[in-house]
Amino acid sequence: MLPTPTTAHLTFTHIYNPSEDTYLLLDTLSSPSQTTFLSQHFPPHTPTPFVLEIGSGSGIITSFITSHALTIFSRPDLLLLTTDISHHASLATPTTVLHNPPPPNCSSGLFLDSLTTDLSSPMRRGVVDVLIFNPPYVPTDTIPFTSSTAFSNLSTRSSFDEESYYLELTYAGGEDGMGTTNRLLEGLDETLSPRGVLYLLLCAQNKPEQVAERLRTGGYGGDGSGGPLWKVEKVGSSGLRAGWEVLGIWRVWR
Amino acid sequence: MKLLTANFISCPVRTCKTSPTSFPLHFKDCELACDPDGNPYSRETLLGVLPRLEWDALRTSAGELGFTELPVEKPEGEVVGEEVLRRIWELLVQTHVVTGKMVCGNCAYEFGIQSGIANFLLPGHLV
Repeated sequence: MLPTPTTAHLTFTHIYNPSEDTYLLLDTLSSPSQTTFLSQHFPPHTPTPFVLEIGSGSGIITSFITSHALTIFSRPDLLLLTTDISHHASLATPTTVLHNPPPPNCSSGLFLDSLTTDLSSPMRRGVVDVLIFNPPYVPTDTIPFTSSTAFSNLSTRSSFDEESYYLELTYAGGEDGMGTTNRLLEGLDETLSPRGVLYLLLCAQNKPEQVAERLRTGGYGGDGSGGPLWKVEKVGSSGLRAGWEVLGIWRVWR
Repeated sequence: MKLLTANFISCPVRTCKTSPTSFPLHFKDCELACDPDGNPYSRETLLGVLPRLEWDALRTSAGELGFTELPVEKPEGEVVGEEVLRRIWELLVQTHVVTGKMVCGNCAYEFGIQSGIANFLLPGHLV
């Protein structure tokens, strides 16, 4: 097992404290089945893979991939970029990467930047080779507004309101907890490169089998005439433990 | 923000995505910093990244930040001199925009960069 990155330099009043879902992603990405898949999918001497993590929060996942690029991809040349709707997360992520250097005598991936933005909206089309998303997946009545106007209005509210708003951003998923994830999946064809792969965390309440079937049958994207047909496989789960939150990692690719 | 990052992003406004003038975003009023210790030169990574780069856009971005020495043609292959590669690495990876703006050539919206982090959040009417 690879060591878990440290986040001891952070406080978690405004960003997501790494939890079971975070660790499931780390375990899955470094599992023998996925390191084998990724090494074969991005063989040596092909252009450097571009990894985008959406909603990086503390930055623990991207920091993990950056410092263990060689173990996970069997190549050290990786480009990594993160986005988050919260500027607190955008500030935290690069510091976590800095606090977690690669093992001695081992070269790391190249962490580029963190951007404050919605999903992958500023990415050029077809650039992303590996997309990672631990979304706000808890079913809720509403999803908070995230325009720049909403964020600047925050300064007029109490610090309790502000903290509640940022907390809500990390979990509130709307109907079936799929509100934000559906928006990502609708745009997936434009975001991913021809060799692109998505690793997506879903919980049982997201009805993941239905989501997978919809992806396989062209139910996302396109203009009503049918979107792309994706390959979908469940590649990690924490379903063996008791509790209402049963989590899975789903790999989606062309 | 690194110059290299700018080569992978365009205006987040949906209606700008199909416009060729939404890429690259144009740097304006930028303050730069250089961090030679941050990411040590890696020939392997640079040779893997070069094929991915939109070279003309990169020259435009570099020019806007005051760097005009990038060659007109993209250097490619194993024959490229080490000195050229090291200078490109310095520009792409070790030079940061600390504060400034990025402006879309299509919609003219200005996105701010503060503490090295670009903000692409849009006001309600553009979301």
